[in-house]
Amino acid sequence: MNLGDHLPLLAIILPLLAAPVCVLIGRAGAAWLIALTSSVLSLAAAAALLQGVVQERTVSYQLGGWAPPWGIELRVDLLGAYVLLIVCAMAAMVMAYARRSVIREVEAALIPAFYAALLLVFAGLAGITVTGDAFNLFVFLEISSLASYALISMGRDRRAVSAAFQYLVMGSIGATFILIGIGFLYLMTGTLNMQDLAQRLPAVSDTRTVRAGFAFLTVGIGLKLALFPLHLWLPNAYAYAPSVVSALLAATATKVAVYALLRFIIDVFGADFSLGDMPLNLLLILLGSLGILVASLVAVYQDNVKRMLAYSSVAQVGYMVLGIGLASAAGVSAAILHLFNHALMKGALFLALGAVAYQMGRVRLKDFAGLGRSMPWTMAAIVVSGLSLIGVPGTAGFISKWYLVLAILEQDLWPLAMLVLVGSILALLYMGRLVEAAYFQHPEKNTVVPREAPLSLLLPLWVLATANLYFGLFTDLNVGIAQQASSQLLEGRP
Amino acid sequence: MRDLFAVAMMFGIYSLLTAALFMDLDAADVAFTEAAVGAGVTTILLLSSLRLTGRWERRPKHSPLLPLLVVGVTGAALVYGTLDMPHLGDPQAPVHQHVAPHYIENAPQEMGIPNIVTAVLASYRGFDTLGETLVIFTAGLSVFLLLGSRAGGRPRPGKTAIGEQPVLRLVVKVLIPFILLFALYVQLHGEYGAGGGFQAGVIFATGMVLYDLVFGEGDARLVVPARWLPRLAAFGILVYGSVGLYALLHGRPFLDYTVLAEDPMVGRHLGILLVELGIGICVFAVVLSIFYALSGRRRQP
Repeated sequence: MNLGDHLPLLAIILPLLAAPVCVLIGRAGAAWLIALTSSVLSLAAAAALLQGVVQERTVSYQLGGWAPPWGIELRVDLLGAYVLLIVCAMAAMVMAYARRSVIREVEAALIPAFYAALLLVFAGLAGITVTGDAFNLFVFLEISSLASYALISMGRDRRAVSAAFQYLVMGSIGATFILIGIGFLYLMTGTLNMQDLAQRLPAVSDTRTVRAGFAFLTVGIGLKLALFPLHLWLPNAYAYAPSVVSALLAATATKVAVYALLRFIIDVFGADFSLGDMPLNLLLILLGSLGILVASLVAVYQDNVKRMLAYSSVAQVGYMVLGIGLASAAGVSAAILHLFNHALMKGALFLALGAVAYQMGRVRLKDFAGLGRSMPWTMAAIVVSGLSLIGVPGTAGFISKWYLVLAILEQDLWPLAMLVLVGSILALLYMGRLVEAAYFQHPEKNTVVPREAPLSLLLPLWVLATANLYFGLFTDLNVGIAQQASSQLLEGRP
Repeated sequence: MRDLFAVAMMFGIYSLLTAALFMDLDAADVAFTEAAVGAGVTTILLLSSLRLTGRWERRPKHSPLLPLLVVGVTGAALVYGTLDMPHLGDPQAPVHQHVAPHYIENAPQEMGIPNIVTAVLASYRGFDTLGETLVIFTAGLSVFLLLGSRAGGRPRPGKTAIGEQPVLRLVVKVLIPFILLFALYVQLHGEYGAGGGFQAGVIFATGMVLYDLVFGEGDARLVVPARWLPRLAAFGILVYGSVGLYALLHGRPFLDYTVLAEDPMVGRHLGILLVELGIGICVFAVVLSIFYALSGRRRQP
């Protein structure tokens, strides 16, 4: 085997083993450098992997040299490679951005451990996207969850600890449900390999055990996904976590949960069973729609901007779930596309909030008064990615909503198309409040006028903001991959 | 129940009964882990945290109805799911038909070791075990992030939370060498009998904890200083990881132990020993560091 054959492994093992190295070295600067280097290398591996998967076919990697199902297999198809790429890209951006923000927000003695935990979150999420083994997926989920609970509690606000605890309780229930679900599947099939599961499940799919397993898995992933109404942990967790943690989680964590949902319900159980025999399609459409409406409405009334965007994330998950619920190739590809684009916009927005927090210490709405003048580059990035979030033509957000509406209209579901429009209007409202504060309000007297954020924060921020524009204008690559991934998923793998 | 001390005891009893149940199902390795971790060290860690939080729980603000409902629904779903599952011990059940027979038939030839559980854990599914070890590492990291920088005050040799206990001292003094020796036995003998790195790490740490509890707060710190532990845990993971990466140099997939020796069987045996060592080091360091973090806090007001 040459280096190219090891790509699926390298993408995850580099950050995974870089984490203990950070602890071993124990110096803040070196830890940052290690975190950045391993994330960038991992991104390179993910990019090469995606290129290979697009050109040729699904890649399988047999760990320990044991053939599946006896051993654990990493298996990367188009969807996996695509989500892996976005996770790695966001992680690399966040790491590039992290150095100064972390120095300001985290106690110096804890910084090496902080980076180690950040790497573990990233590696765990990346691992979920490449593994072809159901139990291995759970292990990676545990690594990333546990590390993210700890990271959220590191926020400077005291409420961060209770937010982390709330997430710990909800997340652990979710993880336990997923484990019970996997256990039931193992009970009925005797295997943990996803491919093998997919082959053996149809024979036993009308047993109660498999149905109960399916229910446990779906609810468990729903909790991780922050699927309305299981989203209660998310707003506080995102709002009180340190800036880089909010940015990394907002850009990757729920996306990977969407991936896990797709992987299990469509790939392992099969779309006919999940979205046909089981009424999951209706449930997903219903909860997705409710999520879009309710979470967007709540977002309009938030004063903490991070909380506002967190509610917006719950709404955006609604769009993705809605797309999956349509149970068509167009719907699923719209969901995949929105997964990618949402990572870009929320990544950029949360990094921008991090830049504001870096200068102001807080991100309440009234802190934004006058920032249009004092922090022009940061605010411009917020405007660009905000437009993308609303779905204005010319931005990435427009593309995914466009395909979602097309997929909805394919099935003549007019009310749902209206709902997507209403969601966009609500997004316009809450982003509008932010922009209005920044450009048309004057800061209160006797507040210090902040300066623009340093270049090391602005650069990664603008890479993402520009990506929002780029993928809005040049759509071939992105849409093509999403559609191929969706048809590969629904029609079985080539 | 508002008495957290009683809750901690109940947890211990629950774990011990579960361990007995596992033993009854002939799952010796799992029972061993449950006994060492669930009944043993978890109880100590819970009790150490009670020293910080106090014994009595405050009356919670929310009503217990919703959690009760969730638990009820979950329980009902579990029962529903098990209604038509294969009978326990049914040889025709899918779990006994597919992957498991392969392990039973091939493990002894492929690994050269009699304990199939260890073969599955450290070799066939060695990547999961690396992940599990990382979960433990992450747990230690989390405790360090939450409590770490403030914990670790000066040791107070000779002063204990439980007071002067001559009988206890004598018993513990006799027991500790055996506990540590037993841990090493479990560590090195995992491929022949029940046990392995996880259990050994926990038992070794328990020995240190016992010493600290009975012979004076912080005495264990004089033997193993707190600042070593995070690095020791990281080192354990890296031992495991390096064994995995070594295969890459020889053009084999990650965690392929056959490259470690001429004879593939010897290589696998050696690989299992090495990764178990990594697990043992990591688990020991994490358990002990959590104990230090919890027990070291009261002393600095």
